Amino acid sequence: MDNTIKHDFEPKIIAFVCTWCTYAGADLAGTSRMQYPANVRVLKFPCTGRIDPVFILKAFQQGADGVLVSGCHPGDCHYIAGNFHARRRFAAFRKLLEFIGVDLNRLQFSWVSAAEGGKWVEVVTDLTEKVRTMGPMVEFKELALEEQWSGAIDTPELREAYDAI
Amino acid sequence: MSRIGVFICHCGENISRTVDVERVAAEIGKLSGVAFATDYKYMCSDPGQNLLKKAIQEQKLTHVVVAACSPRMHEKTFRKAVEAAGLNPFLCEMANIREHCSWVHENREEATVKAIDIVGMMVERVKKNRILPTITVPVTKRSLVIGGGIAGIQAALDIADCGHEVILVEREPSIGGHMAQLSETFPTLDCSQCIMTPKMVDVANHPKIKLYTYSEVELVEGYIGNFQVTIKKKARSVDEDKCTGCGVCMTKCPQKKIPNKFDQNIGMRTAIYVPFPQAVPNTPVIDRDNFTWFKTGKCGVCKKVCGPGAVDFEQQDTLVVEAVGAIVVATGFDLYSIDEKPKGSPIKGYGEFGHGKIPDVIDGMTFERLASASGPTGGKILRPSDGKEPKQIVFIQCVGSRAREKGISYCSKVCCMYTAKHTMLYHHKVHDGQAYVFFMDARTPGKSYDEFWRRSIEEEEAVYIRGMVSRLYQKGDKIVVMGSDIAVGVQVEIEADMVVLATAVQPQKGADLLAQKLGISYDKYHFYSEAHAKLRPVECATAGIYLAGACQGPKDIPETVSQASAAAAKVMTLFSKDKLEREPIVARVREAGCVGCFACKKVCAYGAIEEKEIRDRQGNLIKAVAYVNPGVCAGCGTCQATCPSKCVELDGYTDEQIIAMIEAL
Repeated sequence: MDNTIKHDFEPKIIAFVCTWCTYAGADLAGTSRMQYPANVRVLKFPCTGRIDPVFILKAFQQGADGVLVSGCHPGDCHYIAGNFHARRRFAAFRKLLEFIGVDLNRLQFSWVSAAEGGKWVEVVTDLTEKVRTMGPMVEFKELALEEQWSGAIDTPELREAYDAI
Repeated sequence: MSRIGVFICHCGENISRTVDVERVAAEIGKLSGVAFATDYKYMCSDPGQNLLKKAIQEQKLTHVVVAACSPRMHEKTFRKAVEAAGLNPFLCEMANIREHCSWVHENREEATVKAIDIVGMMVERVKKNRILPTITVPVTKRSLVIGGGIAGIQAALDIADCGHEVILVEREPSIGGHMAQLSETFPTLDCSQCIMTPKMVDVANHPKIKLYTYSEVELVEGYIGNFQVTIKKKARSVDEDKCTGCGVCMTKCPQKKIPNKFDQNIGMRTAIYVPFPQAVPNTPVIDRDNFTWFKTGKCGVCKKVCGPGAVDFEQQDTLVVEAVGAIVVATGFDLYSIDEKPKGSPIKGYGEFGHGKIPDVIDGMTFERLASASGPTGGKILRPSDGKEPKQIVFIQCVGSRAREKGISYCSKVCCMYTAKHTMLYHHKVHDGQAYVFFMDARTPGKSYDEFWRRSIEEEEAVYIRGMVSRLYQKGDKIVVMGSDIAVGVQVEIEADMVVLATAVQPQKGADLLAQKLGISYDKYHFYSEAHAKLRPVECATAGIYLAGACQGPKDIPETVSQASAAAAKVMTLFSKDKLEREPIVARVREAGCVGCFACKKVCAYGAIEEKEIRDRQGNLIKAVAYVNPGVCAGCGTCQATCPSKCVELDGYTDEQIIAMIEAL
């Protein structure tokens, strides 16, 4: 049976989740046979506290159009307080992303517990649809191209300038 | 060069229905480093596992990825199989293509593409996996129990009966706790002392229990299996070894008017005392604050009359260090005092109830002492003010509890039942008296509890009024209780002879300080937090520390005893092995790069990170670096994400592994 609607653009969503709450919540969505867009790729961490903001930057660089970070609800952390550290870290990190010009709608933080299969489906679906309407994230890809361009001397002008040094 | 084996499971049709498993195997087979890729109907079955083991040996595989269900389901199964085939189990990873793919997507093309991505990601990850040896820690098979109430006594007896040594520390001069103070217990009306004191004696006589009364835990160092605990033995001023417990000192002591805390300050005791006649140990203590010799250097009668010469005014506090492998915390509760607004607390007092000002307004525990046959009145219900028998008595429920506006929102759990018991005890002792109870709801979950409560109304004639009391005031020798009956919708005024307040159950004073010494977490009321509210209700998040009784939350006696036995069972599980094995998912510090900022130490919720000094051969300090104690580390990885110089690494979740996964996308 194939009743999915074809879209022009399929966004790439990367989800960073903690193993105790959100990963288990996503497992529950599976066991309950709930359906959601296939755009999301899940990376499992022991705790949201382990998630380095660098991973989010890296994900955008690698062509992710949207990033989801999700863990245990505040106060429910398996590791006592890891999600509080994550929350503080990402509050600051969002400011930085905003400063460098990333549309914050592409980055979603949420709390999904092991019992919230439905919420996982909701969060993933919402983010996918939101990012789909926003279109591809080009800024980081352009930046990556620019880096490549400046790294390799592949034009006669550059070669000339380089040799002159 | 790695030789990775990839095994794609059909899971019957659960995966293969929506994912083209053959195509996944073919695509993954093309990836660099993959030496072998196949699909099979049931990987977790015996033939499936044998296929895996055979392939590891025949293909000389170095790493394994099993693409099947969630790792929460079968990671252990496959890691075991891999280990049996001679590989380190941590070189095996699972790719979740069932719960996260085939079950949640219907489009076969989309699901197959996603499955290829998921497996590809895990292939890149597994390349960076390292051999992780299982961590083993030695276990000291002795345990510490903090608190000598019914919880601590039960835990200590259970552990000691299993043959392991127990150190029982109690702050007061005698064990027994609050249960020893109770008159009778609901719902059977057993005499509390009758069921409690034999257990106390068992503790005293048990060859495996070392009892420290009048002592406190001063310092806790170490980690699961290897704690070093410093205990302060407060100066008793009586030599425990010499004292025979004859009690002559107490009968001769001229100071007889000191309020006895055990009797809720309505009974009196001497300056050299045991808190109650059945005290264990039966060795008196000198209350130095009220002792004439310590104030004026005179008296000393007790010393003169003591036959064995046990009284020793020169005794000092001493510190004892004990090595233990597990700790059971059973510090219990205290009743909320409504005398005044507690200082520095968010809890607002109950000045309108006049407790502490009107002498005949007492709390539930004081009523227990009045009703107790061994209490200050010999079991007669008498007013503290004039010693008359109260003919009208009012009980007020939920004083402090379930009162968000007053600062405590939880239910104290035992008050409904003990008030029902109080009305019965009162009716048994004062036949012509009348008991009234102001209540919000009667909460009686528990075996035979509701029947007991109903009996208090139907047979023992207690009048229950649904509604709260707004004010109490003294009028002559009566106390006027102003309240409302919301069932009828009228204001009620009762002229009572005595009022008993069911004050909230709170953790012991100083519970937060002890928690800080132990490194365990507590909630805003200072109740200790269990590791998981449902599945790990007796363990702390800190490994090797267990909870029993009301220190974790309000509890009645049966629940406390159950939890204490459960905690003891957990301790015995820990002690069943000589060495403790644990998953090697722990953080490690790259010392060369560590600058010693200790940002990691600040964020570690487990206190697993210590400062370590690096010295040269001459012993000069080069630098201080962080060191992660693998016995304590829980493996959350918060330190790694925090480290500004990227010098802490969580094994199993290294930056290298994560970046490899992201780059695979």
